Amino acid sequence: MIYAITIYGEPGVFEALPKERQDEVMTGHGALQEALKARGEFVSMKLMPPTSAVMLEPAKIEGAAPLITDGPFADTKENFLGFYAADFKDIDEALKYAKMISSPIARLEVRPVAWAGGAISSK
Amino acid sequence: MSDWLEATFAQQRPRAIAALTRVFRDIDTAEEAFADACLKALTVWSKDGAPRDPLAWLLATARNAGLDQLRKSQRRAAILSRHNEEFQPMPAETPDPDEMRDDVLRLLFICCHPELDRRDQIAIALRVVVGLSVEEIASGFLVKPKTMEQRITRAKKKIASNPVAFETPSPAERGARLSEVSLMIYLMFSEGWSASAGPAQMRMTLCEEAIRLSRLLVVLFPAMGEQAALLALLLLQHARRRARMDADGKLVALDDQDRTLWDRANIAEATALLQKAERIGHRGAYIIQAAIAAAHARAGSPTETDWALIESHYAALYALQPTPVVRLNQIAAQAKLYGPHHALHALEGLADDLATYRWYHAMRAGLLQDIGDHKATIAAFETVLSLSPTTPERAAVVEKIDLSKKELSDM
Repeated sequence: MIYAITIYGEPGVFEALPKERQDEVMTGHGALQEALKARGEFVSMKLMPPTSAVMLEPAKIEGAAPLITDGPFADTKENFLGFYAADFKDIDEALKYAKMISSPIARLEVRPVAWAGGAISSK
Repeated sequence: MSDWLEATFAQQRPRAIAALTRVFRDIDTAEEAFADACLKALTVWSKDGAPRDPLAWLLATARNAGLDQLRKSQRRAAILSRHNEEFQPMPAETPDPDEMRDDVLRLLFICCHPELDRRDQIAIALRVVVGLSVEEIASGFLVKPKTMEQRITRAKKKIASNPVAFETPSPAERGARLSEVSLMIYLMFSEGWSASAGPAQMRMTLCEEAIRLSRLLVVLFPAMGEQAALLALLLLQHARRRARMDADGKLVALDDQDRTLWDRANIAEATALLQKAERIGHRGAYIIQAAIAAAHARAGSPTETDWALIESHYAALYALQPTPVVRLNQIAAQAKLYGPHHALHALEGLADDLATYRWYHAMRAGLLQDIGDHKATIAAFETVLSLSPTTPERAAVVEKIDLSKKELSDM
């Protein structure tokens, strides 16, 4: 089954870390990417800071176009920062890989994927 | 553990100090209360884990710490006298987003006190809002820590003697505060980018903190295109940090920079921000400047640069800000389009206004070199040297003078 490892955290905290700590976090990501690459296809994404986002709010009136807004962003709260997705045997295996990128500044969610388009869905 | 927590404190600091300054109407009390709360967080969070809403926790704890301090402190009477009504400690929950927005803007605006000179405004923002140490700020400004300490103390006194209104600002007042604060952030970046003198051409801390503050403004004012454009502009410039100086510390001109060293992540984010800003509409000065920087960033090599587009952007900027320096940049773009003779002729109109502006003479020297007038080139570069260039600039100019002298003797 495909599992997504989604990453939540506060934007800007990583940037406020000293260099050694940033390297520590990045080493974890490097190791996870190497490990996933070795076992097949995977998808990963890091989102830009929420300040670059534009939002589409559902129309309040039936039939109207969605409302495009430029925020607000709840940036002091936890935010969706990025994710990995790959095929794992079971939840235990997915958790084992997710642990590689665990750090005090991020909360991880491991969640089965119901449907995925693109490369990893072809299996 | 403390590194991780310190990063969280740093991230929360501007909002926390801003809200606490509204509560206590005193920056020193706000800073001390926040420091107390962080100290307590170090013990409590290390034991129990960080709370889901760190800002709310820090604010509630700091409020109590601040009230304690006030009870003990001699400052109490003076501070309480600034409150019109009975002193009302704020409720424990985090201020709502609108209130928070005005709090942070007010705090930044307090730092832009009109009686402070620009560099002191920047220094106090770095100390109070960002939370840099006096030593860090001093090294950013290339002064001794003691000197910086005195400047900050003096600046704080001036601020306290003439407080900014704490009522919710009118939309016009909010707009005025926003442009004043944006300019301060822009100048903070410039201060870090090009020291007006001295060996440290790039003082990255100032640039990085300016970007962080600029990002904070975008978070607080998401519908303001100019603030998104300011962040884009700073990121586009910052993207060139690794390319703008060579191994010997000599300044490298834009045309000669190794563009593979430009930071692609910065450029991508800036491009997204600029698209967003342009979508919001209203072409202000920051949008135009960011569009110019983006045009350079898009070009894989100097020859691929869309100079016609850049020239038209400068013309639009000149319509908003008719200054000789903007005109100078427009002429630089025209030189690429119409050649050095045209540009040299156009420069004559700026000779008086920019007589002591070294970039005017540097550009003129470059154009004279292009038309092969080596004697005039050397004279113009020597004028640059007489106008106190920074050490990396001086190194680049000296090299160019030597080159022209060699050309002259080969003739």
